[in-house]
Amino acid sequence: MMQSLKKGGGSFRHLLGLDGVPVETIELILDQAVHMKDIMARPFKKVPAMRGTTVVNFFVEPSTRTRTSFSLAEKHLSADTVSFSPSTSSLSKGETLLDTARNLEAMQPDILVIRHHATGAPHFLARALNCSVVNAGDGIHEHPTQALLDLFTIRENKGKLAGLKVVIAGDIAHSRVARSGIFGMVSCGMDVRVAGPRTMLPKGIESLGVKVFDRLEPAVEGTDVVMMLRIQRERLGEALFPSAREYFRFFGLTPDVLALADKDAIVMHPGPINRCVEIDHDIADGPRSVILDQVTNGIAVRMAVLHLVNQARLEALGLGVSVTAQAKTTEEGS
Amino acid sequence: MQLVSERILLDSTALGRVVRRMAVESLERSEGLDDLVLVGIHTGGVHLCERIADAIEEVEGERPATGRIDITLYRDDAFLGLPRPIIGETRIPDDSIAGKTVMLVDDVLFTGRTVRAALDALLDFGRPSKILLAVLVDRGRRELPIQADIIGSNVTTGPMHVVEAELRESGGTDQVVLYKRKVEPPEGEA
Repeated sequence: MMQSLKKGGGSFRHLLGLDGVPVETIELILDQAVHMKDIMARPFKKVPAMRGTTVVNFFVEPSTRTRTSFSLAEKHLSADTVSFSPSTSSLSKGETLLDTARNLEAMQPDILVIRHHATGAPHFLARALNCSVVNAGDGIHEHPTQALLDLFTIRENKGKLAGLKVVIAGDIAHSRVARSGIFGMVSCGMDVRVAGPRTMLPKGIESLGVKVFDRLEPAVEGTDVVMMLRIQRERLGEALFPSAREYFRFFGLTPDVLALADKDAIVMHPGPINRCVEIDHDIADGPRSVILDQVTNGIAVRMAVLHLVNQARLEALGLGVSVTAQAKTTEEGS
Repeated sequence: MQLVSERILLDSTALGRVVRRMAVESLERSEGLDDLVLVGIHTGGVHLCERIADAIEEVEGERPATGRIDITLYRDDAFLGLPRPIIGETRIPDDSIAGKTVMLVDDVLFTGRTVRAALDALLDFGRPSKILLAVLVDRGRRELPIQADIIGSNVTTGPMHVVEAELRESGGTDQVVLYKRKVEPPEGEA
């Protein structure tokens, strides 16, 4: 039960990405999220763990699902929350990101949850500001809480992660979900394949420890998890693929293609789904789809992340002892 | 931190007797099994709670409902520099204690802060008709106005002492031991 953060160094003041995050840390988050999910199932779904903590949700890029998910996670933990989005913020009046962020920080929040279209924006703010920063998706870089909820959903369905075969299919090059997913899955010992049209496969992706396929069928064969990515229709103009219909013909997940996967394979999608572009109706709504479970699990995983970040924040302020130290004391039987 | 064993408060024979007595007292206090739920506080109270339930079953021929509660997210010491543990499992039968007599079970009663947090956590599961507290060892030195209804054993301790219930279920040899620390404890140790 007593997991430790020893190998990870124990620092969890920010969650910026999953690149370089060790398996022990990922497992700790997933284990804590199991209990957070129990809280969500209670008739009274609120615990006082983050009472008196202020969280700012700073969503510069549009998002419904992720923002709602973070917002509910914060409320279940009793944090006080405020949300900013471009239409209501002074970013639309020409203020720079740093100036906006500094103004937000002057209001003394404890944790800043940020979604931004620019790669590296959360990392930049984590260096510039004193509060903790949680990355809710930056450009085409990382989306760590999405990857964690995917890992949680896989583990919940399969009982383990190590050794499982997973295929991530779609626009790998422009997907932060794929990048964070690959970092997390490889770290957890999964056998990761990526598949997509050549125009959507970034050069050198093999160096992340994945097998690359430019056709869907051989990539899906024998897998335990099939993860489809959203085709960003706005990229149609970039001539990455001729038409949605043609994409579906070659890279859409249909019952025939899914039949090549393991008979107990689950189907995942980060949403929002484009029916009959990357995924068939019958599969999206079928018994092997865990797409809506992913949404529920997202709240539990974000609760676990916020709780750990908050603990590390208090620790950095000299107001607490790390989970690492706790695991050690318990071993000594105090 | 170094712990030096000072003396054994309860050996396995004495522990068995104490648990049986606590079971009988629980039945008296709750006036039967009908609405009784035993809830062990994670981690020390969980195994003890199951043992008391077993002992009740031996006497009554029927086992009371049992649950467990984790207080990590309800603690009051977030700002004191104390270790904040990893969250454990909370499981309340039917997710509700409304109208029940709840017997909260813990191994060692000390400052009372754990019990305070456990009461808060319990009340999120409804309005019980009554909550009782049963502890294996009351070591005194309370920091809150809390007292136990059923006490296995009383012992007078100092701030340098640690009382450990080392049950078989968690790898011990079924004894309760009084230890002394070699270093001074931090202020306000729970």
